[in-house]
Amino acid sequence: MSTVNIIDFVYLISAVLFMLGIKNLSSPATAKLGNKMSMTGMAVAIVATLASPDMFGFTMIVIAIAIGAAIGGYAAVKVEMTAMPEMVALFNGCGGAASALVAMAEFHGQTGHFAGFSLVTLLLSIIIGALTFTGSVIAYTKLQGIISTRPITYPFQQVVNAAIVILTIFLAWTVYHNPGNLFAFYLIILLSLGLGILAVIPIGGADMPVIVSLLNSYSGLAVSMTGFALNNNALIIVGSLVGASGLFLTKIMCDAMNRSLANVLFGAFGAVDDSVADAGEGPAGSMKGFEVEDVAIALENADSLIIVPGYGMAAAQAQHVTRELGDYLSEEGVDVRYAIHSVAGRMPGHMNVLLAEADVSYDQLYAMEDINDDFGTTDVVLVIGANDVVNPAAKTNPGSPIYGMPILEVDKAQTVVVLKRSMNVGFAGIENELFFKDNTMMLFGDAKASVQNLLTAVKE
Amino acid sequence: MDTGTIIVGLTIFVLACFAGAELISKVPQTLHTPLMSGSNAISGIAILGALLATGVPESVNAQSGLGFLAVIFATINVVGGYMVTDRMLQMFKKKKRKKKE
Repeated sequence: MSTVNIIDFVYLISAVLFMLGIKNLSSPATAKLGNKMSMTGMAVAIVATLASPDMFGFTMIVIAIAIGAAIGGYAAVKVEMTAMPEMVALFNGCGGAASALVAMAEFHGQTGHFAGFSLVTLLLSIIIGALTFTGSVIAYTKLQGIISTRPITYPFQQVVNAAIVILTIFLAWTVYHNPGNLFAFYLIILLSLGLGILAVIPIGGADMPVIVSLLNSYSGLAVSMTGFALNNNALIIVGSLVGASGLFLTKIMCDAMNRSLANVLFGAFGAVDDSVADAGEGPAGSMKGFEVEDVAIALENADSLIIVPGYGMAAAQAQHVTRELGDYLSEEGVDVRYAIHSVAGRMPGHMNVLLAEADVSYDQLYAMEDINDDFGTTDVVLVIGANDVVNPAAKTNPGSPIYGMPILEVDKAQTVVVLKRSMNVGFAGIENELFFKDNTMMLFGDAKASVQNLLTAVKE
Repeated sequence: MDTGTIIVGLTIFVLACFAGAELISKVPQTLHTPLMSGSNAISGIAILGALLATGVPESVNAQSGLGFLAVIFATINVVGGYMVTDRMLQMFKKKKRKKKE
């Protein structure tokens, strides 16, 4: 058995470790072990590669690893749990950049070596990797609030994007026939970087869970393409694992909003539509703002409470005080549960992570399909900074942009308490008739301050 | 690259795609974020290609320079990805709740 055979065999072992790692992520009890297995798989693959007969110098590698580990490690330790969506987006962008850079390095190293299939996959790796990089950076800046989370649109947006795609394909075809055409090669990189930016700017903040998981899928696909170009099985296997799993998660997110992927990508959902805003009349009834004391009495008298968190809880960092309130009421004998919509927040599972950080036991967290039937028999529902995921218009109003989206049916509860920043409409710019219902108590203000006040009030 | 190699590569690709979709379909909503950051860290496997590009005989040229950058980016992805995933998973605990009847 040659060294190369041994290395390929080690890659197989590491691929198995990655699969076992993902498999173990299917339960909170085994998830930590799963992550360790996956880490081991990575370490084994790296060591095997360093032992390869193709390796000559190690100085640059050691320096690069030290720099990367310092940056990645520092960011991972420092990041706030509420900022996790943008952190994941940024790490993902690094993965995309790495794939594109590897493909570029190999193209420079052995230009003549790549032809036919391997050249096609090399170019795909550069295109997908580059657009994953800039797309992730834009997602990061949107999630951080550096640029507006509203969709940025301009006339002929789709036409411009389509033109860039066609031009990129044409240039790739040129390079395919003449790999020496460096001008076309660099133009492809530039256009791909631009495409990543232009494709993500029209996507609104509420659609970020879909985009973050789609970009995750892209980075896997880019790795896979690099694997084809370099004829490296480890990269092909692992890249397609990540690519397929990311795509599956994207589908789960789209289903949770009852929208197609095309609609999310090109629909510019949440763009401010003035014509509607001006002509629109609010739903019948009026919003009733309540005092903290009134709401506290409702909570104290309840036998059962379901807390529904949304992005507002994350934005206000209210997860810890929410847990305190939940625990206090729980000790007072109230049956407290949390209901979490799949697309609440800015990335898949965002609310679960925040509540886990606040030390809420994961068996208190319920997914929509497991708790929706219970709202009818619940005394009080406490909605903290969620809006569209509890909007009954999704069920009742065929004209609503979110019609058909599966929602948490909180309006069936006896009393609904909604903590909300202001009277303004939610992210998608849609009126929420829940706020106007007779059994709804509105409590305006910052989510963290409101929950804190409620906690103080119920303790008295 | 001969056709045989391409076919083998495509076979691996298709089978791994199915495995990936199958594995993730079992992951509950609660763990979607760690799953994403964990699989994100895995995609840093591009580091293998980056290492090979950087460790070429001539010390510094376009190839090893780009490889050097690739190693940095891939390492950020791998180290950062695994560390945040681990940090998140540490938080997922099942508390022993005392229930008052």
